[in-house]
Amino acid sequence: MSRGPAVGEDLLRDLAPQVLARLVRTYGTGQFDVCEDAVQDALLAAHRQWPADPPSDPLAWLVTTARRRYVDRVRADSRRRDREVREAFLAEPLSTAPAGAEPGADIGPSPADDSLLLLQLCCHPALARPAQVALTLRAVAGLTTAQIANVHQLPETTVAQRITRAKRRLAELGGDLPRPRDAAERLSPVLDVLYAMLTEAHHTTSGTPARDTDLAAEAIHLARLLRQALPADPEVAGLLALMLLTASRGPARQADDGALVPLDEQDRSRWDQALVREGVALVEATVPGAAPGPYLLQACVAALHAEAADTASTDWSEILALYGVLEVVTGRQNPTITLNRIVAEAQVRGDGPALDSLADLERAHPGLPRLDAVRAHLLERQGRTTEAADAYRRAARATRNLAEQQYLQRRLRALVTGSR
Amino acid sequence: MKYLILMQINPTVLEQLTPEQSKLVQDGHEAFMAHIKERGEFVGTQALADPSQSKVVRSVAGTPQTSDGPFAEAKEFLGGFYLVDVEDEARVLELARMIPDTSIDGLAVEVRPVMFSDLGDS
Repeated sequence: MSRGPAVGEDLLRDLAPQVLARLVRTYGTGQFDVCEDAVQDALLAAHRQWPADPPSDPLAWLVTTARRRYVDRVRADSRRRDREVREAFLAEPLSTAPAGAEPGADIGPSPADDSLLLLQLCCHPALARPAQVALTLRAVAGLTTAQIANVHQLPETTVAQRITRAKRRLAELGGDLPRPRDAAERLSPVLDVLYAMLTEAHHTTSGTPARDTDLAAEAIHLARLLRQALPADPEVAGLLALMLLTASRGPARQADDGALVPLDEQDRSRWDQALVREGVALVEATVPGAAPGPYLLQACVAALHAEAADTASTDWSEILALYGVLEVVTGRQNPTITLNRIVAEAQVRGDGPALDSLADLERAHPGLPRLDAVRAHLLERQGRTTEAADAYRRAARATRNLAEQQYLQRRLRALVTGSR
Repeated sequence: MKYLILMQINPTVLEQLTPEQSKLVQDGHEAFMAHIKERGEFVGTQALADPSQSKVVRSVAGTPQTSDGPFAEAKEFLGGFYLVDVEDEARVLELARMIPDTSIDGLAVEVRPVMFSDLGDS
């Protein structure tokens, strides 16, 4: 295979979603499949030709080549031949000058916008979450089906079917890429999908060996793309900051034996300081004058944790206030936020009032994940050992995360045997 | 999220199925597999032999010892499973209702979340 100086794998990976977006914009979402194949062809051609003959404008080269490949492919498809070829030729500039080298209607929005539009297409609300994630990783992040299967621990055929189905669904929905001016309005599903990737990354890596493809890193990469497209959006900045700050704790989240280490026991000197600095700087640059959205508010909380030396010196009053705002902003629809607010409340107002709040929350949301785990901690701190043990036991049975279960069982054993 | 759908078999119930019901069950499973494969929710499935074929290895005074399965007389046993990866619990319950066994009195499937996976392909 190709050796020597690489053809800029990173460059190709960054450019691929932009090329795909341009093709899909031209030919419609109904042609997503063919467009994707054409982009793959173009990337392959770049691999072959660039080492000997590097283009002056790689993006334009790829767009032009992908369009030609698209035409070739469509031509081969006799059913659609006439109409599609005509459209394709009309869309392709007649000159040999690289498309994109000159300003004009065909050039459209900036590369960053292209990535955003493709992200929005892949995160279409009509697709199920797993399909949104798989398609985004494939089309925007440029992962292979095998890599996506690997991060999710799924058979490759399953992931391939998921992607095929998602593309078919997009084709059924018809229409084109969203227009740039609609971008901000259709942002929220994209933010949620990227955040879900990060959450899933933590869930799947807890207690399991590291995978050779890092879902968290991919999610952050995509969030950076999004921020390039929308540098002024406070929620985009908030999401990226939240992801960076969450990822910064990675090295301290897991003990050497793979066990989960909770925030208050983490060795904060092991937090990735470069990520912390970047995340905190992003929060500080974004907060002044910004409307408080859910991701920016959560990033503020994460930044406060990052800035504290330990749990004791953490500004819990400020965190409590932030969770209060977060509850209002999300319309008190998210019981997990209330649960986090209660954790902060315990630090500020004491365990007794927090336990009362927990009882209220449980009445409204029976079976809420993590509620018994929080209760167990508070009861243990109050010396109510028997009740705490019961709560740990319930929490350990209820969790669906192996690392968390092992952690809760460890606490339970320590409590029952009086050892740590 | 991965879920295991466990098929609890009652051989007495199976023996009493009419040929039409039997065919319905067989076709239903084929249709179910085609459906979850097409949706990209299929991870794997295995059918298990009769419990009379199973052996049990257990510790006796700290030493592993092998014996015939103690469950041969049980009324119900695990007949096989589907491993699926779906969006949420509502979806896996929807899938469970599509399995023909769940429309036959005396048969059942059990749905349980998976906490850890290693499919050995990485």
